[in-house]
Amino acid sequence: MSFRSLPTVPRNVKAYFFLAPAILVFSVLVLYPIAHSIWISFFDMTGADLFSASNKAEWVGLANYLELLEDPRFHVSVQNTLLWFLLFMLALPAGLGIALLVNQTAPGIWFYRSLFFFPFVISQVVVGLIFTWFYDPRFGLVGKLWEWLGATPPAILGDPDLVNFGLIVAGLWPQTAFCALIYLTGLCNLSQDQIEAARLDNAKGWKLLRYIILPQLRSATFIAFLVTAIGALRSYDLIVIMTDGGPYGSSRVLSYFMYEQALSEYGTRQGYGAAIAVVLFLLTMTVLSIFVWRTLKSEAED
Amino acid sequence: MFPKPIKQASPVSRLVYNLLLPVCVIVWLLPILAVFVTSIRSQADITRGNIMGWPSEIQLIQNYGAVLTESDFVSHFLNTIKITVPSALLAVCIATLAGYALAIHRIRIGATVFLLFLAGNFVPFQILLVPVRNLALETGLYDTATGLVLFHAAFQTGFCTLLARNFIRELPFELIETARLDGVGERQIFLRIVLPLIKPVLAAMMILVFTFVWNDFFWATSLTQSNDTRPITAAIQSLNGQFVSRHHLVSAASLLAALPPVILFFLMQKHFTAGLTLGASKG
Repeated sequence: MSFRSLPTVPRNVKAYFFLAPAILVFSVLVLYPIAHSIWISFFDMTGADLFSASNKAEWVGLANYLELLEDPRFHVSVQNTLLWFLLFMLALPAGLGIALLVNQTAPGIWFYRSLFFFPFVISQVVVGLIFTWFYDPRFGLVGKLWEWLGATPPAILGDPDLVNFGLIVAGLWPQTAFCALIYLTGLCNLSQDQIEAARLDNAKGWKLLRYIILPQLRSATFIAFLVTAIGALRSYDLIVIMTDGGPYGSSRVLSYFMYEQALSEYGTRQGYGAAIAVVLFLLTMTVLSIFVWRTLKSEAED
Repeated sequence: MFPKPIKQASPVSRLVYNLLLPVCVIVWLLPILAVFVTSIRSQADITRGNIMGWPSEIQLIQNYGAVLTESDFVSHFLNTIKITVPSALLAVCIATLAGYALAIHRIRIGATVFLLFLAGNFVPFQILLVPVRNLALETGLYDTATGLVLFHAAFQTGFCTLLARNFIRELPFELIETARLDGVGERQIFLRIVLPLIKPVLAAMMILVFTFVWNDFFWATSLTQSNDTRPITAAIQSLNGQFVSRHHLVSAASLLAALPPVILFFLMQKHFTAGLTLGASKG
């Protein structure tokens, strides 16, 4: 008999003692702030004293949200956030490609694997600086490549039409490494029998990948999708470091716009910023709910 | 195994693979290699505009030495250590306790807590920003290492708890059951039986929290302002502003700042990977 069928009351009470510290810090520093942010998104806190913000704040109901609907900066931020989201999904096939490339048993392969993964370990601050120089039209490698092709190199980060793509490529670099890591772990857990059976039936290459391997990698794909989606919605560091939302605000995303409105030198509108954060939060929770729902559904099917 | 083991492939394919692999790695890491090359060139090269080409002279020791001795690099680096190590320890302690409770006790709020931790793990930090920053200001924790440690530990607790729970669930339960029948107390079971068995998980959690907190930029810039507290990520950004024409020094500083997580990753790769994937795959 498994012990799980034998829970006794005193033991369960003890379990709450083990759980208490986590629940405490999590409630005070995660759950409560979320609720509080939603609350202050209904206030106008312009010019309110940081130390006694609640005293001076004025209830404005949905006004912050209505203002967002009219704010062109918000429109740009939403568009860019969605662009990040869509293009970030390229990290999945790219990551799978790398994982397939290094899923071998050659000598020293672990070293190659590590080299492919390590952009993920590097701080986004460093990634941001690296790519800023990389893109520099005067001396960057991208500029050199352009010249070599006989064209005048564009200032990628200074061009409103190109800047988002430049930022997203920089973000894709570590994200692809992360997806490669997830996929490689998935590849290591494949069912060998099925692959052998499929090989005996003469399946190989793309067909084998499409019909035998990818279905088995479904849970890895779920996780890669989730972390990539959340990573895209969270994108912030690279924008601060590489463009500060520029040129002319064309690379703002929701997370950056929120910070800019609430706490930066350009604004202290905490209520308005909180409303932006709530929109971002709801987007994130939507993605997460889809993930949880699909996971539960696939577990029920198995 | 998929793709087919390269050992079984034709000699030509094997040769192509063995040549292709290093080429791919070099292209993949080109940005880093470029920064490394920049970090060892001279000021003269920078002035002449030779920023991405081959350096005319190699100044490895001079440049890295200059970063270590002529800037505040070392003190910011130490700030980061002071923030990162306690955060990792605290988060791991809290999360291991919680993971134990969630894994081996059937408690009514278990599923709710689990889902909340999962969700909390993925919230955009912006939703926490205003309240957390105001809380830090009100409690005097703003611009202190203690504040950052407490906040980071709390934000990482969700992730670590999921990880600890998933691993503890994999343990052979008969061990715990037998101990209970022998009258061993809950605390002793946790300390004497569970903890020794989950050492690899503890390592995985430590490494991951260390890496996440080390690389944090958002809280570093939101909750600190003085040079005495600012961690290295925030410092690098301002260094980049100050050293506009000294790319070689900013490069050297960036690479040095990235070093601890990279070293940890290379040494403990197995734990790193296990943590990242198990934490999510069984969530």
